[in-house]
Amino acid sequence: MTETTRRTATGREQGDAKREDRKINLGQRMMFMSIFVSLGALFIGTWVLYYFYHTSYTEKTADYLKAFVERHARDIDTYLTARVRNIKMETAIYSVDQFRESGALRTKLDKLQSVYPGVFDDLGLIDPGGTQVAYAGPYKLVEANYATADWFRQAVERENFVSDVFLGIRRIPHFIVTSRISADGKPWLLRATVNFTAFNQLVKAIHVGETGAAFIINRKGEFQTERRSDIAVEPAVLSLLAKDRQPGFNARYVEHEGGDGEDDYVFVSAPLKGGDWILVFQQSKNDALVNLYNARFIAIAISLLGTLGIVFTVVVLSNRMQRTIVQAEETQEVMEKQMVETGKLAAIGELAAGIAHEINNPVAIMVESAGWCQDLMKFRDFTEEKNVKEIEESLTEIVLQGRRCKDITHKLLSFARRTDPRTSPVDLYDLLTEIISLSVQKARLGNIRIDKEFDEGLPKVTASPTELQQVVLNLLNNAIDATHVDHGHIVVRAHAEADSVVIDVQDNGDGIPPANLARIFEPFYTTKPVGKGTGLGLAICFGVVNKMGGEITVESELNVGTTFHVRIPVTPKED
Amino acid sequence: MKIAKVLLVDDETSFLSIMEKRLASRELDVTTAESGPEALDALTNDDEIDVVILDVKMPGMDGLQTLKEIRTNHPLAEVVMLTGHGTIESAIEGMKQGAFDYLLKPCDIDQLIAVVRGAKEKKERHEEKIIQAQMKEITTRYSG
Repeated sequence: MTETTRRTATGREQGDAKREDRKINLGQRMMFMSIFVSLGALFIGTWVLYYFYHTSYTEKTADYLKAFVERHARDIDTYLTARVRNIKMETAIYSVDQFRESGALRTKLDKLQSVYPGVFDDLGLIDPGGTQVAYAGPYKLVEANYATADWFRQAVERENFVSDVFLGIRRIPHFIVTSRISADGKPWLLRATVNFTAFNQLVKAIHVGETGAAFIINRKGEFQTERRSDIAVEPAVLSLLAKDRQPGFNARYVEHEGGDGEDDYVFVSAPLKGGDWILVFQQSKNDALVNLYNARFIAIAISLLGTLGIVFTVVVLSNRMQRTIVQAEETQEVMEKQMVETGKLAAIGELAAGIAHEINNPVAIMVESAGWCQDLMKFRDFTEEKNVKEIEESLTEIVLQGRRCKDITHKLLSFARRTDPRTSPVDLYDLLTEIISLSVQKARLGNIRIDKEFDEGLPKVTASPTELQQVVLNLLNNAIDATHVDHGHIVVRAHAEADSVVIDVQDNGDGIPPANLARIFEPFYTTKPVGKGTGLGLAICFGVVNKMGGEITVESELNVGTTFHVRIPVTPKED
Repeated sequence: MKIAKVLLVDDETSFLSIMEKRLASRELDVTTAESGPEALDALTNDDEIDVVILDVKMPGMDGLQTLKEIRTNHPLAEVVMLTGHGTIESAIEGMKQGAFDYLLKPCDIDQLIAVVRGAKEKKERHEEKIIQAQMKEITTRYSG
C-alpha cells in the first residue's frame, strides 16, 4: 500500500509590513471574538435571569393585586346590597299609604341615620307617574317629577335598583337606591339617596404605595366615584375597561403603556353591582413593580460593569497575548534559522565521516607514494631508468591524489558556507550533480548506486542555492541511511512540470511505516538511535521548500522504498 | 628469508599497488585483495599467509565482518587493522574481536613492519605450541 502525505505551507512570510498587518489583524480578531463571546454570554445570561424574574414577579404582583381588588369589589358590592336591603326592609313592612302619612318618611330617615350614620341623605316616595309625593331630607324635592329621568324608567322595571351616579335636580353627584311597592297594581318607588362622600371614602380607602388608587366606572366609562386628580386616565383605557365583561368578581390585570413623557400604568378591574359598575384599581407601573425595576436596574448595572470589565480585560489580555504571540513568532523565526544551521551541521556531520574517509585514502596514498620515492632513493640507484620511471609514476600519483583531496575539500567548503537565503538563478543540473558527487562516497560504502535522470533543458529556478543544496543533501542522506539491501539503488530525477521543477529522490530502502509517515516532517522527530539523527533534516526541508512556495510530498512502501517529491516553482512565490 | 607472508586488503587499488611495492622492498611477501570476500578466498587458497593487513572501511563486507570471518575460518592468521581517524571505534571493536593490533592510516611504514613482525612471532609461538601439543599427544599415545 502506498500512502502520500501532503502538507500545506505555513511558512514564514516575508515583508515586515505584511507581517505587522497580520499580527494586528490577529490581535483584533482575537479581541473582537473574545469580547463578542463574553458579552454574548453575559447579556444572554442576565437577560434570561431577568426575564424569568420579570415574568414570575409580574405574575405574583398581578395575582396579588387581582386578589386585593376582588376583595374590595366584594366589600363594595356588599355595601351596596346592604343599602338596597335597608330600603327593601321598609317596603316589605309598610304600605304606600303608611309612607304617605305626614312625618312618616322623616321618622324612617331618622331611624336609618341613627342605625347607619352618614349613609343615607334623604328618603322619598314616588308615584307611578314619576312625581315625588313625599320627601324627607335636606332638599326641597316634594312634587319633583322624575318621569323623564333615566333611573326612574329603569327603577320601575325592577324590584330593587341602584342607579348610576348623576347630578339630578340638586346638581350634586349622587346615586340612589330604590325599592318598588305595588299599590292598586301600579308601581310606586321608595327611593333613598346614598351619601356620596361616605361611599367615596369606601373606594378612596383602597390605595397601595404612592400611586395606587381606585375608582368606579359604569359601563359607559363614566366615573361613579371621585378619582385622584393627579392621575390621568385615558378615555381609551376607560372604554376598554368598561367593555370588559367578567363573570362574578374575577379581576383582570392590564398593563397600559403611557405615551411620551407619561408613566406606564397597571390597571386591575373587577365588576360589581351585577356587572353594571366596574371597580378599577390604577397604579403606576414603576410603583407596582418597584422591586422588578430595582432588579432591572441591578441587571443593567451588572451588565454594564461586566461589559466594562470584559472589554478592559480582553483588551489588556489580548494585547498581552498578541505581544506574546509576536514574541513567540520572532523567537520561532530565530529558532528556525538556528534549526536550519543546526540541521546543516548535522548534515555536514553525516558527510564528515564519509569525507574523512575519502580524504584519508588519497592522503594515505600520497604519503605512501612519497615514501616509495624515498625508499627508492635510499636503497637503490635511482638514476636507473626503471627507478626514475617508478618515481615519475609515484609523483603523478601524488598529484592525482592531491587534486582529489582538493576537490573534496572544495565541495565541503562550498557546502559549509552559512546558509544564504538570497536567491539567484540556479542551474539545477549543476547543483544536483555536485551534491550527488558529495554523497557518492558515503553511498559506495553502503554498497549503494546513485543514478541521475535529468530531463534536457531544465529551466533555471530562482532560489537560494545553499538552501536547495541543504534540501537535496538531507534527502540523499536519508535515502542512504534507509537503504540496507544488497544492491542499494538511489535515483535522483528532475523534470519540468508547468511552472515548476520537480526533483524526486527515490530509494529502494526500508520504507517508512504508515504510522510514522504523518510525523516525519516534525522537528526533532527521528527514528534513528540517540546521537545518530537530530530529527531536523526533513523539518528543515519542509520549511525551506514551503518558503520557496513549493511543496514536498512523500510516498513510501515498507521494504520497497521511499520517494520524496520536491516541487519548486521557477519563480518564487510573492509574499 | 622473508619476514612474513602478508595479505593486504583495501578497496583502493592505488593504495594496494604502492603498498605492495613498499612492503615487498622490505622483505615481506605480499598478496593483495580488494574486498572482504576476495581476502577470504585468498586465505582459503593460500594457508601460508601469516598476517592480514585489513582496511576497516570497505563497501559491502566491511573490515569488521571480514575480521569475524577470518577469526572463524582461519584462526591462525593474525589480523592488523588499518583505520581512518573517523573509525577508531571500529578498530577498538576489532581488537575486542581478536585482531592483533591496529594502526591509523596513513601509517608509518617501519611501524607497520614492526607490528607485522610481532604478529608473525605470535603466530609462530602459536604454531609451536600446537606442534608441541600434537607431539605430546603422539608421545602419550605411544608411551601408554
